[in-house]
Amino acid sequence: MPDPALAVEMRGIVKRFPGVLANDHVDLAVRSGEVHALLGENGAGKTTLMNILYGIYHPDEGEIYLKGKRVHIRSPRDAISLGIGMVHQQFRLVLSHTVAENVVLGLPRPFLFPDRPARQKLREFAQRYGLAVDPDARLWQLSAGEQQRVEIIKALYRGADILILDEPTSMLTPQEIGELMSTVRRMAAEGKTVIFITHKLNEVFAASDRVTVLRQGKVVTTLDTSQTDKLELARLMVGREVLFRLVKRPVQPGPKVLEVSDLDVLGDRGLMAVKGASFHIAAGEILGIAGVAGNGQRELVEALAGLRPVARGRVLLEGEDVTNQSPRLLAGRGVCYVPAERVVGTVPNLSVAENFILKAYDQAPFCRRLFLDRAAVEAHADRLIAEYGVATPSPETPLKLLSGGNIQRAILARETSGAPRLLIAAHPTSGLDVGATEYIRQTLLAQREQGTAILLVSEDLEEILQLSDRIAVMYGGQIMGILPAERADLEVIGMMMAGIHREGS
Amino acid sequence: MNGLLRIRLEKRLDTPRWLGVATPSLSVLAALAVIAGIFWLLGVNPFLAYYRIFTGAFGSLYGLSETVTKAIPLLLCGTGLAVTFRARIYNIGAEGQLLVGAICGTGVALFVPGIPDPLRLPAMFLAGALGGALWALVPAILKARLRIDEVLTSLMTVYIASELVNYLVYGPWKGLRESGFPYSDKFPLSAQLPRLGVTRIHYPTLILAIVAAVLAYLLVQRTRWGFEIRVTGENPQAARYAGMNYLRTVLMVLAISGALAGVAGVGEVAGIHYRLRYPSGISPGYGFTAIIVAWLARLNPLAVLLTGFLISGLLVGGDAIQLALNLPAATVNLFNGVILLFVLGGDLFTRYRVRVEFPGRAMRRSAQPEREATI
Repeated sequence: MPDPALAVEMRGIVKRFPGVLANDHVDLAVRSGEVHALLGENGAGKTTLMNILYGIYHPDEGEIYLKGKRVHIRSPRDAISLGIGMVHQQFRLVLSHTVAENVVLGLPRPFLFPDRPARQKLREFAQRYGLAVDPDARLWQLSAGEQQRVEIIKALYRGADILILDEPTSMLTPQEIGELMSTVRRMAAEGKTVIFITHKLNEVFAASDRVTVLRQGKVVTTLDTSQTDKLELARLMVGREVLFRLVKRPVQPGPKVLEVSDLDVLGDRGLMAVKGASFHIAAGEILGIAGVAGNGQRELVEALAGLRPVARGRVLLEGEDVTNQSPRLLAGRGVCYVPAERVVGTVPNLSVAENFILKAYDQAPFCRRLFLDRAAVEAHADRLIAEYGVATPSPETPLKLLSGGNIQRAILARETSGAPRLLIAAHPTSGLDVGATEYIRQTLLAQREQGTAILLVSEDLEEILQLSDRIAVMYGGQIMGILPAERADLEVIGMMMAGIHREGS
Repeated sequence: MNGLLRIRLEKRLDTPRWLGVATPSLSVLAALAVIAGIFWLLGVNPFLAYYRIFTGAFGSLYGLSETVTKAIPLLLCGTGLAVTFRARIYNIGAEGQLLVGAICGTGVALFVPGIPDPLRLPAMFLAGALGGALWALVPAILKARLRIDEVLTSLMTVYIASELVNYLVYGPWKGLRESGFPYSDKFPLSAQLPRLGVTRIHYPTLILAIVAAVLAYLLVQRTRWGFEIRVTGENPQAARYAGMNYLRTVLMVLAISGALAGVAGVGEVAGIHYRLRYPSGISPGYGFTAIIVAWLARLNPLAVLLTGFLISGLLVGGDAIQLALNLPAATVNLFNGVILLFVLGGDLFTRYRVRVEFPGRAMRRSAQPEREATI
């Protein structure tokens, strides 16, 4: 029987996307007046589940109950009329309008001075929940944290009793995060139900009453936050069965290939994303970077690949300073990069063969003078397809028709076939099935044996432990410590991932 | 939100080859059906109107020759636009680049002494191409350096170019023997393009246009520059990742497009009018109509050879019915607008599959809605 004490109950939710099972019979129960954290890795299905609750997606199977009553939510408009509000990761605000205008946008309102009725409410929200913003400020003048407050006010103004926050802290400064957490607590105290999506453990403990852990589209468990700890949650979130036995042969590390000293890198919003990172990687060595996503790994990797400027510090490649060199120059010196998002490293509408020459299209044998040599391109594609076992109907097939695992094989084939000096692999197996994952990991180990220096960034601790020779943990843009793999245990790494423990390298 | 029926759009994973031909063809047919409705509202029998358009454009030697003549600037501009649109750079300013080409060609024809006669026309084409390219570099640099939307800037350069032509033909270049008309003096014989027989087909420009389309096709499909254009257009992130030079690609496609439009401008003044005239006397909007030519060709320069003649036929046929059926002069613009709307809108069907559902029945299990609308 549906339980009327539950603000939200989702039962057996299934959602399929092309080639992906995003939600696999998910059950979620959220009590009235609680703060419920939805915890999981990227791609675990958290946002999909909440988009279903907010009416953006429609479940392929499953039922939704609010306070024990079955509901059909067909659009966000339905969700709003049922008292559900959602604050997306990307804000949906009109930057050139004022706060008050944004709040009333889309609602019935007087033709003249449409924002007048909002002002009273804005004052009330400011007092009750600590959501202070100037009603006359224009949105572009506000910080990310203030813009988020406007989004929350918008939802409350529309009568939301259930508020969904999708990764609400990803754009905020630490101080703004603190303010948000206290707002969330106050809203719960006033009887609102809050669901927030996160992959950051300390936020779970800072604000939530209960936490549901999702992994690969399935619910792992729901726990009272007071009954668990960071370590357990970390294991539940990333832990998966040891699926394969990989043979990691001992390799004598060669000379230093990459040396990074005191690196500062800015993030997209101009905040410091990497702070004073220093490390080195030797030939034939895998340095694993563990950490919850969003702690500066992306910015670090992009800076090393030449795609993001270095604000301070030095990058040496085989002893030569390559700080802030172009991606083209770095690629020419043997720096290969498997980006976290496959769409960054591929052109989905071009053929498999053309994707193989994405970085070498202007070099012999693929290009003679101005013209591409199609025979050479095709021969190259045939060789890589055979060598790396890329399952494709033909080299001329558009890359987008391949499965995720095969696209990743193709990227890896392109990046490793030219005997790289440094291979940067960001989340190389995320979202892949067991077979593809195993193949990718074996390929990385084979590269290591050939003397490539490898920087592996992964949220998957299992993967980091299995492959790395040394493990660095990033938290808040800093490297918390670097441990030799044989000395690394889950507990220490988990603590460093949560920013608790620091170890000198 | 229960409607009578629900229409779902599902993203296609693959676009079958036949759809690439079927969609634009059906889009044009649908547009013609809508225009037929407008004819009917104007009290004109649509079948008669289309019959007259067809015979006007293709039914006589005169009509056919006019269709070929007006296709020349459309082919040149359409080819250039197909190349820029492939890089996802939306040059809307071909009309202005054409006018600047006409100005430069005229300048060389009338005001540069000392060029041997056989070299006069090549020099005019060269000057027109250079002028058009430079004109296009204004939006190109603004786009590549300052990220200013090229749609706006390229469109605004059209008005500047147009006023520049006006200034010249009413002012310093106003002909001494043109009895007050806003025309420049007539070009000397060495600056007039030869025509085919009694027609107005200035065939040297036609040959240039066909060669340009073939070369543009080879450039896009077979060269490393074309590879950069395609990657930049398909996925700018990947272009950055591969270390491609965005600035160079933007400058290149806009320079090509501007140069071809400039050549078209020289063709019009040196092949049709033998003088610089007021702007709408040189081009009735070829640079804008070429946008339709390029989209209808699905941005394939070789297909532009086909769609250029087709749209030109509509222009000529439209002119014919204006006179024969006493329709307003805006008829041709109406054609252009409706067809472009349908061709762009029809593109949706190559990317999405449409499903119609009745909410009373069970929901489809495998549906992957990307966008939905309830009617």
